Amino acid sequence: MANKTAMPGKQSGKVISGLNKLRRSPLIILVHLSVLLLVILWTFPTAGLLISSFRDKEQLAISGWWTALASSEQNLITRTAPPNQQQLIDGVYLLEGTIEDIEKTDGILRFGWTSREPEAYQAGTTAEMGNDGTLMVDSSGNYQMTSVDPFTGSRGKRIFYTALTPPAFSLDNYIEVLGSEGIGQSFLNSLTVTIPATIIPILIAAYAAYALSWMKLPGRSLLIAMVVGLLVVPLQMSLIPLLQLYNVIGNFFGVSAKTYLGIWLAHTGFGLPLAIYLLRNYISGLPKEIIESARVDGATDFDIFMKIILPLSFPALASFAIFQFLWVWNDLLVATVFLGNGESELVLTGRLRELLGSRGGNWEILTASAFISIAVPLTVFFTLQRYLVRGLLTGSVK
Amino acid sequence: MEQLYYSLLVVVLGVSACIFYFIASNWLLVMIFPVGRGSNEQVAKNIRTAAAIRPWIFLGPALFFLGLYLVYPVFDSIALSLYDRNGETFVGLANYQWLFQDNEFRQSLLNNLLWLLIVPAMSTFFGLIIAALTDRIGWGNIAKSLIFMPMAISFIGASIIWKFVYDYRAEGSDQIGVLNAVVEYFGGSPQAWVTVPFWNNIFLMVILIWIQTGFAMVILSAALRGISEETVEAAVLDGANGLQIFFKILIPQIWGTIAVVWTTITILVLKVFDIVLAMTNGQWSTQVLANMMFDWMFRGGGDFGRGAAIAVIIMFAVLPVMVWNIKQANTQMEGR
Repeated sequence: MANKTAMPGKQSGKVISGLNKLRRSPLIILVHLSVLLLVILWTFPTAGLLISSFRDKEQLAISGWWTALASSEQNLITRTAPPNQQQLIDGVYLLEGTIEDIEKTDGILRFGWTSREPEAYQAGTTAEMGNDGTLMVDSSGNYQMTSVDPFTGSRGKRIFYTALTPPAFSLDNYIEVLGSEGIGQSFLNSLTVTIPATIIPILIAAYAAYALSWMKLPGRSLLIAMVVGLLVVPLQMSLIPLLQLYNVIGNFFGVSAKTYLGIWLAHTGFGLPLAIYLLRNYISGLPKEIIESARVDGATDFDIFMKIILPLSFPALASFAIFQFLWVWNDLLVATVFLGNGESELVLTGRLRELLGSRGGNWEILTASAFISIAVPLTVFFTLQRYLVRGLLTGSVK
Repeated sequence: MEQLYYSLLVVVLGVSACIFYFIASNWLLVMIFPVGRGSNEQVAKNIRTAAAIRPWIFLGPALFFLGLYLVYPVFDSIALSLYDRNGETFVGLANYQWLFQDNEFRQSLLNNLLWLLIVPAMSTFFGLIIAALTDRIGWGNIAKSLIFMPMAISFIGASIIWKFVYDYRAEGSDQIGVLNAVVEYFGGSPQAWVTVPFWNNIFLMVILIWIQTGFAMVILSAALRGISEETVEAAVLDGANGLQIFFKILIPQIWGTIAVVWTTITILVLKVFDIVLAMTNGQWSTQVLANMMFDWMFRGGGDFGRGAAIAVIIMFAVLPVMVWNIKQANTQMEGR
C-alpha cells in the first residue's frame, strides 16, 4: 500500500502523530464523511460498468444500473390462444388462458389491447375493446377475451402488458462478446503484444543504467540529460517517420509494414527512457562498498552486473515492468499505427474503439467488453500496487 | 493461441539475444585487448582501452533504440513538416501557414489551452486534498487504493465507463446514465452532454482528472509524510489551527513536488488523444491537437506534412517542461 512504501525508514507518519490535536477534534467526522464521498464519486462510474455488464440486456437498455436489484417494469407483447380454441358461451365467443412467460415475471401491472395505448388498463380490470369485445387480464397473467362475433384468422390476438420483472444477472453478455464480438481473439492479441514488449526492454535498460551509474564514461551527465529529455518527447513526433521507415523496410523485404515484430520493437524504443531513468535512479543508489569490494576481488563489470546489480535491483525492475505492462496493454495509439486491423492483430483497445463505432448503443456489449479489457490491468494493479507506487515515487523528478 | 506461443518464444529469443550480445562483445573485447600477456606497459594500455570501450558496449543497444525510435524521428518530423503530404516536394512553411488559418486548428489550440489550465490544476487539487484527508483516518489506505485504481484503466476503457455515465435518453423515458438520472431527480431536463458546446470539453476533461488524481495523490501523500515533524509541532505549539498548518506549514514545504506533479500531468494532457477520439472524435468543437494530428496522419490516405507540423507544435509546447526537467535532474545529480 502507498503508505508503507512512502519514504521508507524516514519519519513515516510522524507528522500525523504531531497532528494528534486534530485527530481528536470533532472535525474528524467531517474528514471521514468527505473521504467516503470522494471514494464513492471515484468508484461509482466503474461500479456502474461492472454491474451493468452482468445485467440482462433488455433490462440494461431501459433502466439505470443503480436499480439493478429492484424489479423493473417491462413492456411486453404476447398473443392469446389461436381462434380455433374459442368457446361459445351464452352467445359470446371467449378466448382464455394464461400469458406464456408469466413465470419469468413478478406479476402484471397494466395491460392494453392496442399498440397506441399499451398500458391503458390496470391489471384485474376489464377493458372495452372496439366492436363490443372485452379483454380482462389479472395480475397473475390469466386473460379472458370476449367478442360478439367469432374470432377469425389463424393466430391469436395481441395483448400488450406491462410486467414487473425481477432482476436478472448472468454471464450471457460475457459469453457473447468473447465469442461473436471477437473480444476473446483480441485478448490473445493484446497478450501477444504485451509480453515481449514488457520484458525485452528491461535487460537493455538495465545494462545502460549500470553503465550510466557505475562506469567511467565521458559525457555521462550529457547522456543522462538526454534520457531525461526523451522522457517527455511526445510519441506523436515518432509516428510519421517510423511509419515511413516501416513501410520502406516492409517493401524491401516484401512483407507487410505492420507486424508484431514492428510493434514489439517500437514499444521497446518508447519504453526505454523511463526504464533507463527508473533503473539508473535505483542502481546509482546501491551501496558503493559492495561494488567496489567486488571490483577489488577482480570481478569484471559483466560479473558485477549479472551477479550483484540485477538481483539487487529487483524492486526497480518490477516497478518498470508493471509500468510498461500497463502502458502497453492500455495503449491504443502505437497499436493503431504500427499493427494491422486484421482479426489476428486487433488488440483490445482497438477492438473497443471499433465497438464504440459499430455497437455504440449496445451497452451490454460495450460494458462486458470494456470490463474484460480492464480486468487484467486491474488485477496487476491491486496485486502489485506496492511496486507501482515505489516506481512512481522514484520516477518523478524530485 | 499459436501466436501466444510465438510471442513467448520471442521473449526467450530476445532475452537470450541480449545476454549473448553482452557475453560475446565482452569476450571480443578481451580477445582484442588481452590483459594476460605482453609487456606490463602493453597490458596497462589494453586495460585502459578496454575500460574506455566497455561502457559503450553496455550502452549500445539502448542508444540504438533511443536513437532510432525517438531522436531521429524528432528531427525527421521537423523536416517532414516542411514538405507536402507525401514528403516529396519542399513547401517551406506552407503547412504552418495553413495550420494557423485553419479553424479546426485554432479550435484545437484553444481547447488544448483549456485542458492545460484545468486538468493539471484539478488533478493536483483533488490529489492534495485526498492525500491530506486520508492521512488522518484508519481506512485511508483502502480509500487511496480505490481512488488510485483508475490509473490502471486504459483511456479508451475509461471513455466507455464515462460515456455510460453521460448516456442520454429522450425526456420521458428512464435515464440509464447516472448524470442525467441525477439531473432529472433534481428536476432538470436531460441533456446529450457530449454535444453541448464548450461544456462538453469539461465533461471530457473530467475523465482525465478522474484518472490522474490518483497519481497526484500518491506522490503528494509521500511528500506530506516526508515533512519534518518539528515544523508541525512548532506550529501546533504556537496555536495554529488545522487549516493554518495545512496552508502555511505543509504546502510551502512541498511546492517542489506539486510542481513535479503539475508538469507531469501537463505533458500527459498534451499527448492524450484516446479520450477525445472515443467520446466525440473532435465533433461538437472538442478537437485537440493530439487527435487532430492522428486524424491527419490517416485522413484521405494521410497527409504527412500537416500531421508532422501538428506534431511539431505539440513538441514545441512540451519544450519548456523538458528544459525544466533536465535542469532539475542536473541539480539533483550534483547533489550526489
